[in-house]
Amino acid sequence: MSTDGVRQEHEQHPLFLALVFVGGLLFGVGLAVSNMAQPEVVLSFLQFADFGLLFVMFGAAIVTGIVFFGAPRVLGSAPLTGKPYERRLKELDRNVVVGGGIFGVGWGLSGICPGAAYASLGIGNYAILWGIVGMFVGAYVQGYWRSTPTTSSVGTTKAD
Amino acid sequence: MLPLETLALLADVVPAEPFPEGIAHYAVGGLLVGLGVTVIYLGTGIAAGASTFLESTLSYGSKLSRFDRYRASRDWRVVFTVGIVAGAAGYQLATGDGIWVTEVAWWRLLLGGILVGIGTRLGKGCTSGHGVCGVGSVSGTSFIGVISFLLVAIVTAHLVMAAGVTP
Repeated sequence: MSTDGVRQEHEQHPLFLALVFVGGLLFGVGLAVSNMAQPEVVLSFLQFADFGLLFVMFGAAIVTGIVFFGAPRVLGSAPLTGKPYERRLKELDRNVVVGGGIFGVGWGLSGICPGAAYASLGIGNYAILWGIVGMFVGAYVQGYWRSTPTTSSVGTTKAD
Repeated sequence: MLPLETLALLADVVPAEPFPEGIAHYAVGGLLVGLGVTVIYLGTGIAAGASTFLESTLSYGSKLSRFDRYRASRDWRVVFTVGIVAGAAGYQLATGDGIWVTEVAWWRLLLGGILVGIGTRLGKGCTSGHGVCGVGSVSGTSFIGVISFLLVAIVTAHLVMAAGVTP
């Protein structure tokens, strides 16, 4: 389905943005501690020189797995938004594989993914701006193409 | 975290030392990333990924209908991203190492970034959305997404290496 469905009035909660910021801080520290903010280290995983990245991604996934499984069963709804706790489920279609493949080429070429790129800026890596600018350009290109109804074979007008 | 048999198996498959830098900082980093996602999720019910920020931020300056759908979340996504930058900056300051700058060539970052921007948004998620939140949700879609980008990235990175592209 589309987005998080967060309504503006939910964002009026005085703690909402503060909590999101704290979550971002922890997320950023984690990417810095694990050296994922360094494209060279990510590339060393993709090139089979150091398998540490598996611990980062799956370590984080185990934590969220426990929480995403437990919260809907134990707790009612989120205190700051009133949203019910749900799992992150997206509809499966061809775009997931095609998009994943395109992302994979970019990731394998550069060693950057979005979260790690933001963290990379934090450790002073000004060169990562090339990558961040690139990501915005890429996001804009696909948005432009998907906002314009088209009859091309890959064009899609249905929402994801 | 991983069963020992799995590690042993990995060690058999991989000729070189699989963890030349050890595993502690990787595991700790992974736990912190998971903790960050957990804090946001428990407080708000939102499973935050990192790549939506690209499109939601574009809605500030673009009228394209595609970005409009992310308008409602664009403010908190900026805050989330600023938090990520600040967290990494705080860590770097705490270590006293000064700034760290990559040696990966600018054109690889730019071209790779463009493909990452297209692919993550078309594919409905990135390493955090599919890889952390989706896998944590035991989502079949996310497993397929992760397998897609992981396999292609591994092949691409090996081709880059074989072509002798450095830095």
